[in-house]
Parts: sequence; structure tokens; C-alpha cells
Amino acid sequence: MTEPTAAIELRNVEVRFEATTLRFDCTIAAGGIVAVAGASGTGKSTLFHLIAGFEDADYGEIRILGENAGNRTPSERPVSMIFQDNNLFAHLDVATNVGLGIDPALRLTDEDRKKIEDALRRVGLEGFGRRLPSTLSGGERQRVALARALVRHRPLLLLDEPFAALDPGMRSGMRTLLRELHAEEGNTILMITHHPEDVKALADSVLFLDQGRIIAHDTLDRFLERRDDAAIDRFLGNA
Amino acid sequence: MFALRENRMTVAAGAFCLGAFLLFVGLAIAALLAETGGAGEGPLFDAYIWRVTRFTLLQASLSTLLSVLFAIPVARALARRPQFFGRIWLLRLMALPLGLPVLVGALGLIEIWGRQGFLNAGLRWLGLERPVSIYGLFGILLAHVFFNMPLAARLFLAGLERIPAEYWRSAANLGMASHALFRFIEWPVVRGLLPGVAGLVFMLCATSFTLVLTLGGGPAASTIEVAIYQALRFDFDPPRAIALSGLQIAMTGVLLFILRRLATEPEEGMTGGRTVRRFDGAAPVARLNDGTWIVLALLFLIAPLVAVVVSGLQADLLKLARDPNVHRALMTSAAIALASAFASVSMAAVMIRAAATMTAPRHAGKLAHGFAGMIGASTSLILLVPPVVLSAGWFLLLRPFGDVARFAPVIVVAINALMALPFVHRILAPAMATHTARSERLVASLGIRGFHRLRWIDFPALRKPLLMALSFAMALSLGDLGAVALFGSQDMVTLPWLLYSRMGSYRTADAAGLALFLGLLCLIFTILGTADDVRRPERRKA
Repeated sequence: MTEPTAAIELRNVEVRFEATTLRFDCTIAAGGIVAVAGASGTGKSTLFHLIAGFEDADYGEIRILGENAGNRTPSERPVSMIFQDNNLFAHLDVATNVGLGIDPALRLTDEDRKKIEDALRRVGLEGFGRRLPSTLSGGERQRVALARALVRHRPLLLLDEPFAALDPGMRSGMRTLLRELHAEEGNTILMITHHPEDVKALADSVLFLDQGRIIAHDTLDRFLERRDDAAIDRFLGNA
Repeated sequence: MFALRENRMTVAAGAFCLGAFLLFVGLAIAALLAETGGAGEGPLFDAYIWRVTRFTLLQASLSTLLSVLFAIPVARALARRPQFFGRIWLLRLMALPLGLPVLVGALGLIEIWGRQGFLNAGLRWLGLERPVSIYGLFGILLAHVFFNMPLAARLFLAGLERIPAEYWRSAANLGMASHALFRFIEWPVVRGLLPGVAGLVFMLCATSFTLVLTLGGGPAASTIEVAIYQALRFDFDPPRAIALSGLQIAMTGVLLFILRRLATEPEEGMTGGRTVRRFDGAAPVARLNDGTWIVLALLFLIAPLVAVVVSGLQADLLKLARDPNVHRALMTSAAIALASAFASVSMAAVMIRAAATMTAPRHAGKLAHGFAGMIGASTSLILLVPPVVLSAGWFLLLRPFGDVARFAPVIVVAINALMALPFVHRILAPAMATHTARSERLVASLGIRGFHRLRWIDFPALRKPLLMALSFAMALSLGDLGAVALFGSQDMVTLPWLLYSRMGSYRTADAAGLALFLGLLCLIFTILGTADDVRRPERRKA
């Protein structure tokens, strides 16, 4: 049953909150960029938290790269996650923030420091190592977070609205960067977004959530042609 | 939830702290209650006890009334004059009494209002022969107003400064006069704050120990706490001390209950930076009125402080600096302050972290919420049992085991640590909540654990609030007399205790020198402990 290429499998997963219960069941193939969309409060973040290990399922099974992830702590899972904000520790400089991705105890060798510089160069922040996060723009801070994800080399990268705080010009720059890095790394990227243009510019496939259910899991082209659901129409602006 | 083993340890440590805390307070209360059973009930609530109770409530009511009545016009004047030369320094002066050891303040007040002070000198000059005595109700009220008026005024001022600037613009646009402004804009704000502020001041005055000990005299002007101390230290009458302690706990309990019910906790908003333009108060009458109140408050607050400095500098400071007794007292005070501050801060930090860890999971059960609730409540529960009552309980508990003075260091450190707990909790809890919200998931996903987490993440991010809490707790402990009073002996003399005994033995020059030194020491720690930049949210660039 288990295809060797599946990055993530959620089998009959249930998460119960006081008011609602979320149910997820899906298989995400390895190697692509998946956009995760849907209105606010439909469970997108909870889906990410389940995969990253910040939230436990009340029922069902979560498999990552074919292995049961249920009893793994977040740092043991092959997952890096980038949040909308606060990805960096404000009191540590950029290089140290990236270094935490190599060794959480910060015992860094000279070779590690080279890796950090290299990662910063790849996200276009060469020479930013000694700066504090507060001196960077929002877009620069997100790129530092990307650099840290690069040095961690986890096969899965989850991005929870990473561009939400950025202006349109920066968004397009970040999209290009993300595409390039994905091409180099060959990892699997899941990205929550509220913007159809992010979906069109980046995604290979789309996971669409509505009211705590995954109502669509299509390739990009098929998704863009769908006219059968009011929520999807609203998202794509077809309504 | 993220790293199970570490979480279990955190929760266990929190439970241990909570347990130790409850045990320490519980044993003291049990010791007091258990001994009541043996004694008869008839003579316990005699005329003396009722007189003391009546006086406690009377002085607290009058102190509250006077403090609030003085504070309102001062706050209003300061709010209406957002810019004048030295305003910021006046505000800082108003924060000083909070960190000033009570004994030092009392000494300054005696210099101004006492027999040899300015007041009586003025009266003599006017030809009045009978001097006004600072000892008794007059002095107690004076001192309570000195310590609490600035606190009340600052809380009212913070409230008035939270009024949106648009209100003043609309009012100016509508042409509202001064009395209309007061009635429709200022008074509603003040009235809203009144129960909280008055309740807080009343609570502080009803449980005031050191001031009443210094300025009160005899049974005519004694509060319950001082009576407990005298019953144990001088009359050695445990049943009376026990009856009084029960009364004290009942009284503070009722007060706390009423406070919780009636009043929202007054908060001191950020007042720095933002100046609201006021369009009223340009009339000469208003200017005169505001100026008078501001000058009055300034003189009232600054005179005793200046007196402490002046008479302190006249003392033979070099001799004091060489006095081995002073050295010993300084070392003792420093050791106690350090130990209790560290105990208080680590206890608070562990309990806050444990409560947060337990309530983090989505399905946190009733037990977890109960535990977290207990931790939150315990930090203010300590207000129920004032230091004197706590030490009275332990005094009685330890008496069968020989000389109580042997246990003094541990008990005093513990009581000082608990005393500081509500303040430490108030500084640490919001800072830790913000820090956790910001870093919890990140830390978990990067797998930063244990010591490394403390070293690289938690300590650097929380350094400021931790240091603030530490220095505030140290200032409290350095200025404390309540916990030491019962247990102090020749073997354990703290700076306030030395100051108190020098005052008692009429070595006033020594006392003045010591007061200056102790006052400066505590002020330094309080200034470090109340630097307000920690709660300001970090600037976020979009």
C-alpha cells in the first residue's frame, strides 16, 4: 500500500477541539511544492502542527516518509517549519540563529561556520551574519529563516504563510528564491497561503481545506479549472 | 507536549515549589490555630484586643481617605500639565517611596515633623508652646500618606493619561469648561479606579508594621501586627499572639475578598514618550490651582528625603564605615537579600513554567487547570498572611526545639522570599508568557533542550525581567523589618534591625548615617527593579 515516494500520509486523523473536530485523510507525494489554501479557521495551521509535531492527533495515524511519526518530538521529525513571524531569536545574531539549525547546543566548528555563510549567501544575505534580527527588514528575516532551513537539510519544509507580512515586491522575490532553492534541494514543500498568485506562481499541486476537511487535492492545472465548489470559487475569485 | 521527559520534570519541580510553599505557610497557620484550641476563649478577646483592632481599622481608613483625597488633585494637576520643567523628576520622586525602606522614611518624617523638626520650630516661632507630637495617630497617618499618596497619585495619573487625545480635542471644540471636563471626563476615570486604588492603599495601611512600631506608641496606637510582635517578644503571651494572628488573617482575608470582588487591579500604563495636548487649564485660576498642588506634593515628598540626606551627611560616616557591627549587619543583610531574592525568583519562574506546561495541551484536564490556578492564587495568597504572622507561627512552632534564634536565617530568608513572590510573579509572568508564545514551537522544532535552552534562549531573552525581579526582591528584603523583628538576636542583626536599635537607643547620629546608607542601597535596587522598558513590546517591522 505504502508508496515509497509518499512524503506525508495522514490516515483518518482526527483532532478534537471544544467546538469542532477536524478530520484529515490524504497522501502527499515527495518532491513537489504543495499549496495549502482555504479560509481562516479551516484547520490549515492545525494540519501543519500535526505534521511538525506541535499538536497530537486524537485518532488516526501520521506517517512521514513512510515512518510512523506519532511518537516523535518535533525536532526528531524530518521537518523544518517557518512561521509567519518570530522565526528568529531577537537576542541572537543572524549567524547564530542559522547555527542553531546545525547544532541546537551551538557547538559549531569552522566547517559549520562556512556552511552558515554559504547558506546566507544562497538566500542573498552575504555578510549579514553579525547583524541582529531587529536591524533587518521583514523579508530579510524570512530569508534568514530559509537559510536555517537550508542548513538543517530536512526533506520536508513547511511554510505557514511565510510571506504574509511582506509587500508585493518582496513576495515575488521570495517566490523566486523559494523556487530556486527547491530546484537545488529537491525537498518537499508545503506552503499555507491566502493568495491565488502564490498558488499559481509556485505550486505543483493544491490542498484545499474547508470546514476542517480536505475538500480538494489536485494538480495546479486541474485546481485552477474547478468551478464545482463555492469555497474554491471564492478563493480563486471566480465567484 | 513536545519533549515529554523534560515537561514531566518541569511539572514535578513546579509541584515541589508549590508544595514547599503551601507547607511553609500551612505549618505556620496550623501552629497558630492548633494552640488556640488549648487556650480558653473568654479572656482572649479582651478590651485590649478590641482596642487594637479598632485602631487598626481606624488608622487604615483615615490613611486611605487622606492619601486618596491628596492624590486626586495632584494627579489631576499633573495630567493637565503634561509639560513643565522637572515633571519627569517629580514623577520619579513619586516612585521613590515604593523602594524606600519604611524605617528610613519614618526617620526623615521625624526630622521634619518631629519635636525638633520644622513644624514645631515654626509653631514655636508663632508663639505656641505645646509641641505637636509625631508619635501616635498623627504620625502614623502622616507616614501612611507619605508612602501611599504618591502610589495612588501615580495610578490615577496613569488612568487620566490613558484618556484618548480625541476627548480633549472634542471637549475643546465643544467649549467645555473646567468643571464640566472634571465631571464628564476626568471624574468617571478616577471613579473607575477608586475602588482598586483605595483598596490597595487600605490593605497596605492595615498591614503596616514597621511604621506603627516606630511611630505608634503603647496600646493607644498599636495595630494588630505590632500587638502580635509585642505579645511574643515582650509579654511572651502566646495565646494573645495567636488570637491576634487569627484576627489578622480573618481581616486580611475579608479585605482581599472585597478587593477581588469590587475592584479591577489598577495598572500603571506606559506614560513615557506620548504627550497628549491639553487645551484646558490656561486660565490663571487653573494654573494657580495646579501649581499649588504640585508644589505641595513636591515639598511634602522631598522634605523628609532631603532631611535624611542632610542629617545622614552630618553623621560621622567614617566612624560608621569602620564599625564592625555595621560590617556584620551589612554582610547579614546582603546574604539574606541575595538568598531570598534568588529563592523567590527561581520559585516563581519554575512555578510559572510548570503552570504553562501543564495547561499547554489542548485537552489539559481539570487537574492541570486546577494546578495552574493554585500557582496563580498562591502568589497572592501570601498577602493573606503578613510576614509578622508567618514568623509568629514559626516562632511558636520552633520554640520546643530550643533557641529560636538558631533557625532565624532560614526562616527570615524564606519569609522574605515569599513576601517578594507576588511582585516577582507580576514581573515575570507576562514576560515569560510572551517569551513562550514567541519561542516555544521554534525551540521544539530545532530541538534545543535543557541547559542549552536556558543558556541560549531563555536566559538571554528573559535576562531583563529576571534581573528586575531579582533586584526588586532584594530591595524588599534589604528594607524589611517585619520578618526579622521576631527572630532577630545578637547573632543576626540586619541593617534595618541595627538602624531600629540605634534609633531606640537615641544614637540618632548613627541612625541618620545608617538610614542614608540603607536608603541609597534600596533605591539603587528599586531603580534597577522598576526600569520600565521590559514590558514595552518589541518594535516589529512589517
